[in-house]
Amino acid sequence: MTYETLSIDIDSDGIALVTIDVPGKPMNVWDDALMEEFPKFVDEFISNDDIKGAVLVSGKKSGFLAGADLNMLGSSEAQTTKEAFEMAWGLNANLRRMETGGHSAKDLLKGKAHAKPVACALHGLALGGGLELALACHYRVCSDNPKIQLGLPEVQVGLLPGGGGTQRLPRLAGLQAAGMAIMMGQPMNPQTALAQNVVNEVVPHDEVIDKAKAWVKANPKAAAPWDKKGFKFPGGAGSMDPRAVPLYMGSSALALKQSKGNYEAVKAILSCLYEGSMLPMDTALRVESKYFTKLLSGPQAKNMIRTLFINKQAADKGAGRPEGIPPSDIKTVGVLGAGLMGSGITHVTAKGGMDVIVLDRNMEEAQKAVDYSQKIMDKRKARGKATQEKVDAFMARIKPTDNYDDLKDVDLIIEAVFERPDVKADVIKKTEAVIRDDVIFASNTSTLPITGLAKNSQRPKQFIGMHFFSPVEKMPLLEIIPGEESGDKALAVALDYNKKIRKTPIVVKDVRGFFTNRVFPPYANEAAMMVTEGVSMALIENVAASMGMPIGPLAVVDETTLQLGYDVMQSTKEEMGDDYKPTGMEDFFELMVKKIDRRGRRFGGGFYEYDSDGNKVGLWKGMTDHYPLADPQPDPQEVRQRLMYIQLIATAQCYDEGVVSDPQSADLGAIFGWGFPPYTGGPMSEIDTIGVENFVREADRLAQQYGERFKPPMSFREKADAGESFYKAA
Amino acid sequence: MTEAFIYDAVRSPRGKGRSDGSLHEITALDLASQVLASVNDRNGLEGNEVEDVAFGCVAPVGEQGAVISRSAVLKAGYAETTSAIQVNRFCGSGLEAVNLAAAKVKAGETDLAVGGGIESMSRVPMGSDGMGGMADPTLVFQEYFVPQGISADLIATKYGYSRDDVDAYAVESQKRAKTAWDENRFAKSILPIKDVIGETILDHDEFMRPETNMQSLGALNPSFQGMGEQMPGFNDVAILKHPDVEKMNHVHHAGNSSGIVDGSAAVLVGNELAGEKYGLKPRARIVSMAAIGSEPTIMLTGPEFAAQKALDRAGMTKNDIDVWELNEAFAAVVLRFMEAMDVDHSDMNVNGGAIAMGHPLGATGAMILGTVLDELERSNKQTALSTLCIGGGMGIATIIERVN
Repeated sequence: MTYETLSIDIDSDGIALVTIDVPGKPMNVWDDALMEEFPKFVDEFISNDDIKGAVLVSGKKSGFLAGADLNMLGSSEAQTTKEAFEMAWGLNANLRRMETGGHSAKDLLKGKAHAKPVACALHGLALGGGLELALACHYRVCSDNPKIQLGLPEVQVGLLPGGGGTQRLPRLAGLQAAGMAIMMGQPMNPQTALAQNVVNEVVPHDEVIDKAKAWVKANPKAAAPWDKKGFKFPGGAGSMDPRAVPLYMGSSALALKQSKGNYEAVKAILSCLYEGSMLPMDTALRVESKYFTKLLSGPQAKNMIRTLFINKQAADKGAGRPEGIPPSDIKTVGVLGAGLMGSGITHVTAKGGMDVIVLDRNMEEAQKAVDYSQKIMDKRKARGKATQEKVDAFMARIKPTDNYDDLKDVDLIIEAVFERPDVKADVIKKTEAVIRDDVIFASNTSTLPITGLAKNSQRPKQFIGMHFFSPVEKMPLLEIIPGEESGDKALAVALDYNKKIRKTPIVVKDVRGFFTNRVFPPYANEAAMMVTEGVSMALIENVAASMGMPIGPLAVVDETTLQLGYDVMQSTKEEMGDDYKPTGMEDFFELMVKKIDRRGRRFGGGFYEYDSDGNKVGLWKGMTDHYPLADPQPDPQEVRQRLMYIQLIATAQCYDEGVVSDPQSADLGAIFGWGFPPYTGGPMSEIDTIGVENFVREADRLAQQYGERFKPPMSFREKADAGESFYKAA
Repeated sequence: MTEAFIYDAVRSPRGKGRSDGSLHEITALDLASQVLASVNDRNGLEGNEVEDVAFGCVAPVGEQGAVISRSAVLKAGYAETTSAIQVNRFCGSGLEAVNLAAAKVKAGETDLAVGGGIESMSRVPMGSDGMGGMADPTLVFQEYFVPQGISADLIATKYGYSRDDVDAYAVESQKRAKTAWDENRFAKSILPIKDVIGETILDHDEFMRPETNMQSLGALNPSFQGMGEQMPGFNDVAILKHPDVEKMNHVHHAGNSSGIVDGSAAVLVGNELAGEKYGLKPRARIVSMAAIGSEPTIMLTGPEFAAQKALDRAGMTKNDIDVWELNEAFAAVVLRFMEAMDVDHSDMNVNGGAIAMGHPLGATGAMILGTVLDELERSNKQTALSTLCIGGGMGIATIIERVN
């Protein structure tokens, strides 16, 4: 029989070299084609007496097999849970059939039957369903290249390894090691895999197939360890094993601590480990498939696959890049300003392989950007992540200067000077005087409208905004803001540059605060407002953490400082004059900033108290003198609704006003910009999950109880009335 | 309804629940059967009078498995017609067993029964039964289970009990237990336990440390800080359920928590008829009984609700209770109960408790019921309430009243 996705070459010993090469894909994945052909291959393998055993190998240089095609999983057409289970069970059952040779577990156990031996030859990465295919083989030989990744990363898109991974890995590596690997989703290298019994042999690259064949030849009668008599779970398993019980309990606690119980996949994985480790393999696999089915038919996996995988990848590749503009060749970037932002931008630009000329008003200031990168690189070296040569090469890409003339040959300018229009105007003028006239000028700002700044430019078509987040080298998002006059080329170059520094970009409208700073401040404000209402600060911070925010809102405000909140309030007041709408927080900021000097961490204290090194000591107890605790305290669920909906509503308003032009950008911006809980897939996904109608109803309730700021935009009401959702497959 | 009376209460001394404990060489079966046999001996019973025996046991596996009460009944020389049941309501098991015996009497199912318990913690360690659903992720994620020590520290944190508060309580428990032993207040109930050759191997509670003071306790490190703050981090789990808590205060340690010990106890319960028939004198009437479920993460606040339910069912108020007995699982449990129920420490655990003498899980409930009955008689008071906090978030309480 012939196949499209694999080929079989039987040698004189009857050993079939099965080369998997999924057509049309840069990397092997479980796509529809392979899913369809694999069972047929298993049939042939079992029934063809000429085949005595098999070695599975990849026909691609890119690796063995990278897991399931998430686009396929995301578009599952199963109508009922039962149908979904049958689909999930399909792969699991066929892998098991290959492992058992089609014999019953009972016959294998009694030695009445044997499977034909299957070994796996791993020359490159095996992830997810790829590693699961390898685990279903009787023997695994892996190349000794330490860069090879072997892992089960499904949890990162809200799924579990549903091809036997939650059962075979613990039976090889033990519950603890397997649990960590599956729950964190982090890959291991061949050496670790060997130590954990995940692969059987690690050999030089070009010996992999020979060793695999040799094993098959030497072991004509095969059975997996768990199909042999006397199999013992490494490290113990089962509810009566005193080694395993603390492990079950401890891993649940650890997972709760880290996931706050928000990730369905984490819970399901733990259940697969717990329940599966007490069952024989066939039943265990069925249970795994059932948990997999539950995840796949729930909203989390769909939302996570869509936002964190499909949409993120599209954005990272430059989705929305204007057509017809040739790719830009950015070799050297001029960074203006060597402050915190300028230094960070310098670092990521150098990291992206570009040369940087970083300019500040004198050499001493400009040198700060060099020192900034040096410190990071030295740390990497100390951790063994970079060699001295690499550090030197990296640092050689950064040139500090105080002379504008040095900018004359750069391919792109990123300005990150002080956030004052007059200062920016000055550097724009001086820079444009020396750079080539086709060079794009990007201004990094979090507050100043780009169209306004562009008025200082001789070439407003080539002027664009970039909003980096601090610390630049850690924060994954970049907001790109075309001004009114920005041309297509400016946007294309900005996206091309972004691709090189490997951030996730969103393109947003030029309004005050852009997108992220339109949504986050109301959220922080809501938390502060609750404080003034007498809600316990611990309750606010803990509820935010438990719904999946990376850090409590009060702690964030302490970081960004209450002073900043006060200043923004003052400047908004000035700017808007009689049109200023009080937020209700005026007195609070007046008190904290002007009267009692609790302006934030940098100033020695805010919502929290800090020791002299700036470490949190605890929430400031004196707050109750000014805002006595309410009795009773609100239900935590109500606190959660306020903290969640204030973000959802602000996002909805941005979408309504076109600040973000599509739900994808809003979702990516929220998750990667301010740490909106990833398990939701982002605020727009969350609104879909809640259901637009339910969302509007709850927002109205909150608006009635707490104020107009919770009122949903009209377009969302219309959407609710029409019974629509924002994403097609919600 | 038929009244249930307590005719007798007996208990073993508590041996250290370790391999160097005096009762470690005695099988759990032997320990239970010596206590059961003494019920007959002390009351001049032949062995065919007691119809049913309910025994609590929290780790009913291994040598404590297979309904140990039935084995103990046979070994103790009861008639083969005496049936037996083993019950498990965690730390409330011993009292539950007495309540079950009383309920059978009240319901008219039986005339004379024994309720009690056995736990040989040195031989069948805690957790030997595998923790069941507490290890199942589906439930852990639903309920946010944490170990009891974390729950106890959570009580201390939420209700503001300092390390000094809990330590002071522990010192007082030791002091009271010493006084009680010095004055032979337990004499009526203690059954010295004998070894294979018939020699007494334990006649007193050997876990006690009467020399305990604030300084010696102050030297002990908190027991649950590591598992709370580091691996696996149970504090975060507790705070998910109790988000009002900013930071856990770890105050409990070996010196202010109940001791791990071996022990067994039995309470003879019957109706009026049985007393007349066998010439037994009733010592107390069982007034009311209650068991409740409560919030399972904080877990150990059940006694106040169980006590209140028992009071309500008896038509009583807390002022009707003369003497209170609450198992000293952890010091904060008692402090919280006294605060919630407004009970004075002078009326609570007057002869010390499990912090000083130990907590043989399945037996304790029956032990403290006997202890409080002895105390009523000694101090010539009328009513007492015994209660225990229970794993998984439960509480149990029994109110008794002396019969004059």
